[in-house]
Amino acid sequence: MFEIFGVPSQALFGQLLLGLINGSFYALLSLGLAVIFGMLNIINFAHGAQYMMGAFVAYLFLQYLGVNYWASLVIAPILIGALGILIERLFLQHVRKLDHLYGLILTFGLALIIEGLFRNTYGSSGQPYQVPELLRGGHNLGFMFLPNYRAWVIVFSLVVCVATWFAIERTRLGSYLRAATENPTMVRAFGINVPRMITLTYGFGVGLAALAGVMAAPIYNVSPQMGSDLIIVVFAVVVIGGMGSIMGAIVTGFVLGIVEGLTKVFFPEASNTVIFVIMVIVLLVRPAGLFGRTA
Amino acid sequence: MMERVDPQVVQQRRETAWSVGAAFAVMVAFFAIAPFVVYPVFLMQALCFALFACAFNLLIGYVGLVSFGHALYFGWASYLCAYVQKVGTLSIPFWFGKLVWIQIPLPPHTPELAVLVGTLTAALLGYIAGTVAIRRQGIYFAMITLALAQMMYFFALRTPFTGGEDGIQSVPRGYLLGRFDLSNEMTMYAFVVVVVLAAFLFIYRIINSPFGEVLKAIRENEQRAISLGYRTDRYKLVAFVLSASLAGLAGSLKALVFQLASLTDVHWTMSGDVVLMTLLGGLGTVFGPVVGAFCIIAMQNYLAPFGQWVLVIQGVIFVVCVLTFRRGIVGELGAALRVKL
Repeated sequence: MFEIFGVPSQALFGQLLLGLINGSFYALLSLGLAVIFGMLNIINFAHGAQYMMGAFVAYLFLQYLGVNYWASLVIAPILIGALGILIERLFLQHVRKLDHLYGLILTFGLALIIEGLFRNTYGSSGQPYQVPELLRGGHNLGFMFLPNYRAWVIVFSLVVCVATWFAIERTRLGSYLRAATENPTMVRAFGINVPRMITLTYGFGVGLAALAGVMAAPIYNVSPQMGSDLIIVVFAVVVIGGMGSIMGAIVTGFVLGIVEGLTKVFFPEASNTVIFVIMVIVLLVRPAGLFGRTA
Repeated sequence: MMERVDPQVVQQRRETAWSVGAAFAVMVAFFAIAPFVVYPVFLMQALCFALFACAFNLLIGYVGLVSFGHALYFGWASYLCAYVQKVGTLSIPFWFGKLVWIQIPLPPHTPELAVLVGTLTAALLGYIAGTVAIRRQGIYFAMITLALAQMMYFFALRTPFTGGEDGIQSVPRGYLLGRFDLSNEMTMYAFVVVVVLAAFLFIYRIINSPFGEVLKAIRENEQRAISLGYRTDRYKLVAFVLSASLAGLAGSLKALVFQLASLTDVHWTMSGDVVLMTLLGGLGTVFGPVVGAFCIIAMQNYLAPFGQWVLVIQGVIFVVCVLTFRRGIVGELGAALRVKL
């Protein structure tokens, strides 16, 4: 063990790791928010609730059906994504042409309904979720102990983020998507079914949230309010990064996670608020956000 | 310069004045009779929230700014009011090279002073938050206000004077102006009614002043208002500070009524509640927020035994309001009677 700036390396790197983990979730969630906002012009307030549902699907499937973590990693996003598609068809498509405000309020209402239902059934206390067998234990890297599961979360979420970026920025389907964001009428005129694309985009964004939820289940406890506190921080992340760029959302998410981790080491009292403080500073210096385009 | 006024507009204004006047009379009569029928503390709670919702409506309904963090002003005013009322002297830390505690000697148990301090606190916070938030428009504005409120929630959780999870409890109500004993429910009720009605008329005056017309112009088309030479950012900031102060006034009254200031008042669910009240009553209507507040508070009181179902029902009301009647109760009523309420 050695010390850096008077802090034992174990503590420093431990918090840095935790910061990276939080950063992975910020990145995945703000990525989903950015993708949804791009296509639907809606800020999805229910994103936190959908993340929570992802975690609950993993927990309930393991508890009652014996479905393991790896299967949940696939099933939960599909299931919750399908629910998202249903929500889009039933509710969101009716408010797309209205003021932004109504989309925000509608999804806020949905978030309350979902959270309320889960609280009724499962109470407010958290349920533990076992780390999958394959990823138990960890490695001693000399300067710190690295649990396998945490390494997996960071690597896997990076892969998902980069894959999403690639799909949107570098593939044909992604180019349709970007075109439809810019000018939906024109894209429709080319014979592309834009409404269906919008629906699927929402499903995809929601699926990302659910995926993050499954990954979070073994780290945090599975509880009904796990999403609502997180989503507000993610909003701040989105304001800091600006929703104009996919890569921007990813980078901002990870960097802010690390900053938050470091704050926990050097100035623990401010660790809850540091992201909001950064948001204020960014707004004063660069109102459009770090990666945003001025509207 | 002579102003040419369209006779039709004059006619319309006269009709609006009539309908608003009649509705106001009904409201005052209701407040006068209600305490003999319904539990006064419930009425006082509903009145505080009615004022809170009216303050919120000033922003969302007349400037088109969606603040999702109004609990910040309500809750912090409530804390400051409760603290001054209970303890008196404020100690504020300042940084002059080193940490210096500045003592502001204030007498405790003076409700009028405590309410004033609470309101001014909200005004100050509103000025700071408003300066930051109006740098972005639309959806970002909502997210920024929410994030700022959450930041101050954590601050309230950590800072010692708020009492953390316990809040500031058993705040004495004291004697208003040294004469009227507020521990008497009816005296307290009269005090709350007078303050809320005065604030209500103040808001009505604001939205029907030339200043209010500029605010509505910003709501309809900010770019055009800018091109007409209005400094819209300043108007927005003034409106934001006014709204925050009035929300603070509501929070201060609430602290006196319940003799309590707690974390619930600064939590984001409180910001959500006020959005719900205003939306249900009718965005941009004069009486909507009052009606919405009474409905929601009544619902929360009567459904309290059902626990978390309140959350679900509130969510359902949100969804139904947005999908089917966006004008709200009073908006729909006004449309049916063809009057502006």
